[in-house]
Parts: sequence; structure tokens; C-alpha cells
Amino acid sequence: MKAARSTLARGGWRLSFGGGSLPLYLGMGILGIWFLVALLAPVIAPYDPILQDATARISPPSLEHLFGTDNFGRDILSRVIWGARVDLQICVFGVIFPFLIGTFVGGLAGFFGGWMDNLFMRLIDIVLAFPFLVLMLAIIAILGPGLGSFYLAMALVGWVSYARLIRAQFLVLKNADFVQAAVSLGYGPIRVMVRHLLPNAILGSVVFSMSDAVLVLLNGAAISYLGLGVQPPTAEWGIMIAEGQSFISTAWWITAVPGFAIVSLAMGFSLLADGLGELLGVKE
Amino acid sequence: MSEPILSLRELSVSVETREGPRALVDRVSFDLEPGEILGLVGESGSGKSVTCRALIRLLPSSSLSVTGGSILSRGEEVLTMDDRRLRRLRGGTIGMIFQNPTSHLDPVMTIGDQIMESVRFHRSVGKKDARARAIEVLTQVGIPDPVHRLTNFPHEFSGGMRQRAMIAVALACDPEVLIADEPTTALDVTVQAQILRLLMDLRDRDGLSIILITHDLGIVAQSCDGVAVMYGGRICERGPMRTILGDAKHPYTAGLIACQPGEAPKGQPVRTIPGQPPTVGAMPSGCRFHPRCANARAACSETQPAMVALAPDHDLACHYPLGASEGGPRA
Repeated sequence: MKAARSTLARGGWRLSFGGGSLPLYLGMGILGIWFLVALLAPVIAPYDPILQDATARISPPSLEHLFGTDNFGRDILSRVIWGARVDLQICVFGVIFPFLIGTFVGGLAGFFGGWMDNLFMRLIDIVLAFPFLVLMLAIIAILGPGLGSFYLAMALVGWVSYARLIRAQFLVLKNADFVQAAVSLGYGPIRVMVRHLLPNAILGSVVFSMSDAVLVLLNGAAISYLGLGVQPPTAEWGIMIAEGQSFISTAWWITAVPGFAIVSLAMGFSLLADGLGELLGVKE
Repeated sequence: MSEPILSLRELSVSVETREGPRALVDRVSFDLEPGEILGLVGESGSGKSVTCRALIRLLPSSSLSVTGGSILSRGEEVLTMDDRRLRRLRGGTIGMIFQNPTSHLDPVMTIGDQIMESVRFHRSVGKKDARARAIEVLTQVGIPDPVHRLTNFPHEFSGGMRQRAMIAVALACDPEVLIADEPTTALDVTVQAQILRLLMDLRDRDGLSIILITHDLGIVAQSCDGVAVMYGGRICERGPMRTILGDAKHPYTAGLIACQPGEAPKGQPVRTIPGQPPTVGAMPSGCRFHPRCANARAACSETQPAMVALAPDHDLACHYPLGASEGGPRA
């Protein structure tokens, strides 16, 4: 086999995996491992993540509990493994909704311009006028804590970056020659937008979404840490850190292990973003 | 003579400037007969591309608008067509190919998909039939190994192949008219000849009518049946290719012919027409060519010469045509 080829999305970009770079492979490797861990959690986790064991509270890493236990005697390793499910879900949903909304709004604004552009751009200005986390907290506080509220808040606040990216791309591309050629073939505006502009414009957003996943992950952990996201006793890395912080001087493993998990997952996304950007020639 | 397949009458296109609307294309008329290759000749900025884009109402900027005249496609008015009908016309009846095939093909779509999209858009056929048509049309434009080439992206084609591919996309739905906007300018000479040959084959074999926009009289001599010469947004002379190239009556046409490198005597520099073509903001009064014309007299700067028929198929707009006896301006 010369160069393995895969087809991404309907637009049919071909990524020649022979031409990728080290960050790309590293990022894909790290993410791949975490996805496997999340998928196989029931199989590979040695203990029930919420099972409390009063006889083994705050025990340091040992053969019995590889990464030790927390103040309720729950196995840290098992909690980190099960937490991967929640945190990956946060990354995926926390990115997808803003991505979709932002692409839709940005596409309309960029393509049609005029009053639509003005309206959406002012709306974006309003959202941007508030600090990101403050706005998120306000929305979650209104909706009540929980992951659903977190996704909704993410979607309401996070779409602006995607909208601005796509709008900028559309503004440039809508005057491109191949778009003129598409119009000369009789295609209407919707077809030109969806079939010809979008596949050309979206690469930058895809790369950005990977680095955005890092921010979403950290936000998700922060929100859970503040008690507004995932609720205990569910295993989630942010909560684990929050719960362990009062023991940080005596039992470092309770916070350190989920901390490393967050860092490694974030690094995976970040490396993948770099590698993809390099491969597809996208400049952020 | 049969009914023209496309007929322009007094078409005007204006651009909105700070000083008000200015005509880029001024009352241009010509007919395209079935199976004819019509050369539209002129310098850059003479309005030839704008005229042709106006034909399918594809004006490049919103500040341009058609301000008068009519365009008849098989007797049907294009300018007042509703959107639905217009979309059928574009691509279905009138295909268009452009100067730069590289930038006019969608870079992230395979050639096959681009052809099949057009086929499926204009005809209600299934994927299989569309694919068969794509292979057929790629063969028609002379792309070897079409089955394999369907899955190639434009960047995997060479320049000449891209132009062929763009012609294939435009031809996919069997249009009756092909507007070719300087189709060979971006190509090297050998490929140029191949593409011209292809266009002529398409005319001979499939009866395609072609409007060939060019500034190269060599191309006109090789391939066109009729010629319309544009200057400053107006047609100054039109007629059959042999008449225009052999017996030009308009000083501008004659000047263009004299500028051909081959026309200069050996050892002499290539001749040029003195001066610059007029710009939209500074159109000369009267005949727009008069500041650069060796034959210009007082009348030329005062009144615009009317289009008159010298022969049934040879029209001219000039007060003092070449070869005419001395005397006052023609009425």
C-alpha cells in the first residue's frame, strides 16, 4: 500500500496519511488511547468507580490500588477510567453544538451580507463583551447545575468564534472564481453555499475545533470543580480534583492523577490540532 | 438563414460610480447563428467579458447592472426571466468556460463529482447515469483514461487538462451555446492549439455554437466564422472572419491587424496603436476611438458614428472608413 487514504466528510478531502507529521500521530495516538479507555471502561476498571471502601480510605498507591484511593476509599484508577467517558463526552458535545451553530450563523452572515451580517455581528459583539467564564456561569446558574446546562451554556457562548471564522472565510471565498463558475452552471445560493463554499471554508474551523476542545475540557472541569457541572458521586476529573484539594498536602495522588489525565487529553487535542493544521495547510 | 440561437439587441451595462452611472457596454448588438463560432475581439477593458457575463446575467459585481436592451435566447427574453428559468438557462442552455481553469474548478471536489453535480442538477437522472455521462463527456473533451480521472482532484491535472475538465463540466448538460472567455490565455501555445481544435471539433460534431472572447487575432483567424470587434464598450465593426481580417474598414480593426507580430516587415519593430484604451471614467466624445485614430477629423469627436451595413453581413460604425473616397462624413 503506497499511502493510506481516507475520506473525510462528504466534501471528499483526501488526507494522505503518508504526509502527516509527528504531532499529528502523537495527538491521534493519545486521543485513540483515551477513546479506547472510555469505551472499555467496564472491562478494564479494576473497581466500581463509586464503590466506597471505609477500610481503605486515602491509601497511597499500592499493588491493590495502583493510583491509591480517595477519602471515601474509592479506587482512583477506576474513577479516572470511568471519568474518561464523561470528559470525552464534554469535549465532543461542548465542541459540536457551538461548531454547528457558529458555522450556520457565520455562513449566513458571510454569504448574504447586508442586514443579516450586521445583525449577527452585533450579536457576536454582545456575547464577546462579557468575559467567557462569567457568561457561562451566569447561564448555568439560571438553568441549574448539570451537564445539560453546561452544554447549553457552551453552545450559547462558544458559537461566536466559529461564526467569525466561517464568516471571514465566506467573505473571501464567495468572490472566488470557482464560485462564479458554480453560479454560471445555474446553481442556486443554497447549493453554492453548502456544496462549494462550505467544504472549502470549513478546514480552518475543523482545526480550530481541536484546540477549542482543550478549552472546553478545561472549562468543563472548572465548572464541575465549582460544583455547577457534573454532580458527585459521578466520576469526572474536575470533581475528583475538587474533592481531593483539601488533602493535597497529605494525599497528592487524589488530585495529581486526574490532573495528569486532563493534561494528557488536552495535549492530545492540541497536538492533533497542530498536526492537522500543518497537514491541511491551515494557518490559525 | 436560420433563426439566431442567441441575439443581443442594444445591450447596455452600466457601472455605478460616484459621478453617476457610466456605460461599460454601450448598445451592443450581435447575433449568434447555430453552429457558428463568433469571435469577440478587443483590448482589455473593451467590455467583451462584461457583455458575455451579462448574457447569463452573471455580472461580477453588484455595482454593475444591465441598463437597457434585450437578450433573446431562442426568442426568449433572458433579462426578464424568473430565477427558476434562469438557472435552467445557465449551464443547461448556455455553458460558460473561463480564462483560468485552475481557479474556476472547485479545489476540494473531484472532477467527476463536479461533472456529475451539473448533470444531476439539470436533468433528473440517477447516480449511475450521471457517472456514465461524466465518462462520456470526459472522453469527448479528450481526457485519456476517464474512468480513473473521475476520482482526481483539479490539482492532480495539468493546465491543459484542467481547461479540458472545465469544458467537460460546462458541456455536461449539452448546452447549445458555449461562452468561452479567453479560454486559452493561461495556456502555453501547443496546448492552446489543442483546446481550439477541441472547440472546433465540438462545433463540427455536435453543432455547438460558441462565443469566443479573445484579444488574439491569430486565434480568430484559426477558428472563428464571424467576428465582432469591440472598442470602449461599443462594437465598431462586425462581419465574417475573412471580410474583417482581409478587408477591415474600421481604422481600429485595421490597427489591430497591423499590430500582429507577423504583419510587420522584416527588421521593422512591431507596430502599435498609439495611446491607451479609454477607461470608464474618461470616455471620449463622439467616436470613442478618435483620439487614437490616424483618420480622425472634426466630425469624429462630435458625433457618434451609427452602425451601417456595408454588405448584408458586414456592419461598421465609422465616419471615415478605410478605402472610402474623400468627402464629408457619411450621414
